[in-house]
Amino acid sequence: MSIKRAAAIVGVGDVELENGKVIGNKSVFQIQAMAAKRALDDAGIKKEEVDGLFTAGLWGLPGVGQFPSAVIGEYLGIQPRYSDSTQIGGSSFEAHVGHAAAAIQSGLCEVALILYGSTQASDSVRLPVKPTTLTGQYETPFGLPNPVGAYAMAAHRHMHQYGTKQEHLAEIAVATRKWAQLNPEATKREPLSIDDVLNSKMISDPLHLLDCCLVTDGAGAIVLVSAERAKDCRKKPIWILGQGESHSHWSIHAMPDLATVTSAQKSGKAAFEMAGVTHDDIDVVEIYDSFTITVLLTLEALGFCKPGEGGDFVANQRTAPGGVFPLNTNGGGLSYAHPGMYGIFLLIEAVRQLRGECAERQVEGAKIALVNGIGGSLSTSSTCILGRD
Amino acid sequence: MTEYKKPIPTPDGDSKTFWDGCSEGKLLIQKCNDCKNHIFYPREVCPHCMSDQLNWVEASGKGKVYSYTIARRAAHPSLIEDVPYIVALIELDEGVRLMSNIINCDVEEVRCDMDVKVIFQKQEGMVLPKFELV
Repeated sequence: MSIKRAAAIVGVGDVELENGKVIGNKSVFQIQAMAAKRALDDAGIKKEEVDGLFTAGLWGLPGVGQFPSAVIGEYLGIQPRYSDSTQIGGSSFEAHVGHAAAAIQSGLCEVALILYGSTQASDSVRLPVKPTTLTGQYETPFGLPNPVGAYAMAAHRHMHQYGTKQEHLAEIAVATRKWAQLNPEATKREPLSIDDVLNSKMISDPLHLLDCCLVTDGAGAIVLVSAERAKDCRKKPIWILGQGESHSHWSIHAMPDLATVTSAQKSGKAAFEMAGVTHDDIDVVEIYDSFTITVLLTLEALGFCKPGEGGDFVANQRTAPGGVFPLNTNGGGLSYAHPGMYGIFLLIEAVRQLRGECAERQVEGAKIALVNGIGGSLSTSSTCILGRD
Repeated sequence: MTEYKKPIPTPDGDSKTFWDGCSEGKLLIQKCNDCKNHIFYPREVCPHCMSDQLNWVEASGKGKVYSYTIARRAAHPSLIEDVPYIVALIELDEGVRLMSNIINCDVEEVRCDMDVKVIFQKQEGMVLPKFELV
């Protein structure tokens, strides 16, 4: 059964950042409440109507963050009849979209709120060292820098198998920065060259500092409703045309092939088949740029180019503003913001592009967008294909 | 000054035989009696065929560098003096992959697909399998 056009995104909201931090030392609850209120106002929907709550977080751990949907529900005064705390890392929110659409189609809820927030930059908290228990015992004692080390190993393998160069990866960082320069909300907007990337400090070979996403705060919210409820909202519906998800491993040593993101292959294929569209129909693409290599591998896995051709695909600034392949149009995790798990911001930018709200960075006439989240160590993937009428 | 201990594994029901093997200088991995695949990390059932007929066998300790990175920043405060160090995924001749360090070489020397062999090294009272270029 398909969830095509079963539900539409009618509201999105986020919060402003200053140098990557939330303004006024607000808490991780405050900023999620702000994002939720803005998304509901955007849709013209009252909080009382929310009957589905979807969230994943990295906040409050160990502690109340172990139960994020119940805790956020309490804070906002929402008592849902459908609740989902699926946590598959950065792709959680693309999965939530699929789960919410299925729940809406089944009549289990009608108005779904998807929510995320992080104050990791303000709190000066980085991703923790993985404990040495359970599967962590086979990784943590060897000192793999988390999460960059796993992505660095994937990059080395791709370079070895296909001849991909560090310059190819740098093209992605530079093109993404050009989009950020068109986005007043982006954290990093100063000009960036290929040489700047290659000359930045090496963190975990072959990935330099400027191959890595930012470490910022941020909060985002999405309101997803039934086709019936979408008729009477403030904003025009952005339809869920297709969605897919998969995961292949969690520990990097268990990834079947470090040069191929099989979970993105599967989730992309499922989303394309459900939507009934082809790659040529996609006007704008938002994919997870935790690291430059993530983008290159995901483009291949989604079938925008063949395995091993990602380097040529991104060469000569093809993904920059004015290029043939508009990609990560808000400036991405590399230059806009990256609050721990970035997936919800990919969806928010895609919705704004399809609504034509993106001012200087607007992709003219964008009608269909592809969003792909990646989580863990290239472990999980969920793809959403979104479209307007 | 805070003294940091290097992280060491926490053996459990799945892994105790593996870590005990390391302390005796043996790289023990599982082999499925039904589908004949080797398995790492150790499990209760075979991830290929769900068989619970798993035997421990001693691996040759030989393999190749599947991929690697040079850590230029320590993943843990206890590793600061080790920087730069190599973290690698080793593909054993038996076909399984495990994470380890490649030691006793210039970090710039390492490339994918190089041949390696196991060498056991003490870390905070436990013995870990590490690898050297051959």
